[in-house]
Amino acid sequence: MARKHREIGKAGWGYTAIASVIGLIYFFPVLWIILTAFKTRTDALAVPPKLFFTPTLDNFVSVFYRTSITTGTAQATDMGLYFFNSIFIAFTSVGLALIVGTLAAYAFSRYPLKGNDTYLFIILTTRMMPPIVVIIPIFLMFRLSGLAGSYWGIILLYTAFNIPFSVWLVKSFFDELNPEIEDAARMDGATERRVFFNFCIPQILAGLSATFVFGLILTWNEFLFALLLTGVETRTVPVAMARTLGGEVGVDYGLLAAIVTLFLIPIFFVTFLLQNQLLRGVTFGTVKK
Amino acid sequence: MTIELQKLTKRFGSLTAVDTIDLDVGDGEVLCLLGPSGCGKTTTLRMVAGLEAATEGNVMLGGKRVNELAPRERNVAMSFQFYALYPSLSVAENLAYPLYAEKLSGAEIEKRVGQVAKTLQLESVLKRTPSQLAEGEKQRVAVGRSIIRDPQCFLFDEPLSRLDVQLREEMRGEIKEVLQDLSRPTVIVTHDQLEALTMADRIAVMRAGRIEQVDTPHNVFQTPSNLFVAGFIGTPQMNLIPATLTGSSGDGLADFAFEGDQTLKIKVDPAVSQLAPGAKVTLGIRPRNLEISTEPTQDSLSTKIDMVEPMGAETLAHMHDGYHDLRLVTDWRVPLSEGDQMHTRFPPDTTHIFTEDEQVLRSAR
Repeated sequence: MARKHREIGKAGWGYTAIASVIGLIYFFPVLWIILTAFKTRTDALAVPPKLFFTPTLDNFVSVFYRTSITTGTAQATDMGLYFFNSIFIAFTSVGLALIVGTLAAYAFSRYPLKGNDTYLFIILTTRMMPPIVVIIPIFLMFRLSGLAGSYWGIILLYTAFNIPFSVWLVKSFFDELNPEIEDAARMDGATERRVFFNFCIPQILAGLSATFVFGLILTWNEFLFALLLTGVETRTVPVAMARTLGGEVGVDYGLLAAIVTLFLIPIFFVTFLLQNQLLRGVTFGTVKK
Repeated sequence: MTIELQKLTKRFGSLTAVDTIDLDVGDGEVLCLLGPSGCGKTTTLRMVAGLEAATEGNVMLGGKRVNELAPRERNVAMSFQFYALYPSLSVAENLAYPLYAEKLSGAEIEKRVGQVAKTLQLESVLKRTPSQLAEGEKQRVAVGRSIIRDPQCFLFDEPLSRLDVQLREEMRGEIKEVLQDLSRPTVIVTHDQLEALTMADRIAVMRAGRIEQVDTPHNVFQTPSNLFVAGFIGTPQMNLIPATLTGSSGDGLADFAFEGDQTLKIKVDPAVSQLAPGAKVTLGIRPRNLEISTEPTQDSLSTKIDMVEPMGAETLAHMHDGYHDLRLVTDWRVPLSEGDQMHTRFPPDTTHIFTEDEQVLRSAR
């Protein structure tokens, strides 16, 4: 009897079911927090947890407008500003890191210096220690230089944190390219600038997207430096979220869940926009063309 | 238009990739740089292109020194081993790209793309991207991209190495035809001697950064100037057997002794007779020039067949005389079988004799 082989590209129902269950387990916490955002305070704290309830948008309203317990009047919160801060700071610093990192990666890949690997290693060492090690000196430096509490300060810091990662990742994408294509462009009359912008960059767009999203997620979630180095005006969402924990009425789970849900959206949106590129980016180089 | 290389040298650190080579390629001439991998042939080509800077020496294009010019300023067309097609552009855009730099009008560009596409039978695939092409089509686009301009010279780096045997033969003819119409100096780098022998007007055989011999395909094959060229050109490889010159007589005959005490007496050039008896030499003879004799003669070795390989029209026999391996190729009708004892003749006019320092003393005519 010939053994029956499963056709490639066709998973059976069994495999699909197993994958779905695993996926559900992974996604459950996210689902739970999103559901909580639509629950009233009573529903949120109900035991056993309610799966069916009357959804409310009150939590989302109170993210931006809070009724003071003492005076009873609605007051605008600063959450809008904090969301703007998070988006502005993360996108700017990751974008800057990507630009600097791409230029550096191209140089490291195409015009290696004497001791190229040593330089690359030195760049990597900045990511080897836990950030908390340097937080006190950086805090003092920021205080002295007046960078503490400013947009520039935190953007510069995040840019610096993202550069090593960008250089390494983007360099690996450049290394994968066939240098003959660049040589051919040179022969066909292209200047070095054209070679870089018209031939190298378009070939690694997927890789650049992946690098951008990875950096964005890291920066988006960063809490420690944001806590110490941002001021009232430049506070980011993770810090603001932590501050709601010790509010006047204890932990407001509904409010927290609403902030988290809103906090998810920008990243989800970017990832969704770049999903095709991203998939190619993370599998880049794993399969030889 | 000519290409002229003067004492061209390229060093990478302590490694000398190309060692003071001199080479001329005339207008309309096709020169093949042939050699084993790592012999510096691609580096030489890249120096002509301007993709690699020369350490010493001059690259002259049309009588002008171009060492300091960037590739785009040299007006040289080059096609690459892996085709180097621009992945995000269509075939038509790939073909047109070199023309953008020349600032031609859109209509002119379209006209030229049409012409080249017609010459190379690419008209039906102009809208596709390189990833949708077959190997042979990619190859043709690469060639098309280099011939679409009117450059000073053409450079081809291993143009056929990625094609399968049948396609290779077809493309060899096509490229040769295209090149004949272009009448510009052309340099082709290859490690495939058949490619070089069929396509080149002249062949430059390279080894370890040096040019060993530059001559027509016929001469490189028939009168190799040294042991390396003799062994490198020709399949199956030339038989090269170390021997000792034991004496020569006034009538132009010389005696050679081999390991195992067999001897050979053949007619040689006066240059050979001038060597002192006892000189170490190497006898070279192509497998197709060896002759089979039933009787022992003064110019034959007694040999035994180890293995017989039928090759269609011919048969290749691996033989030995107890100390040396010999290859013999003969007509398929000659009955040969494993274990046969026979006498193998070295006809004087096809036997090459090389000195101890590997230079040829006498070649077949």
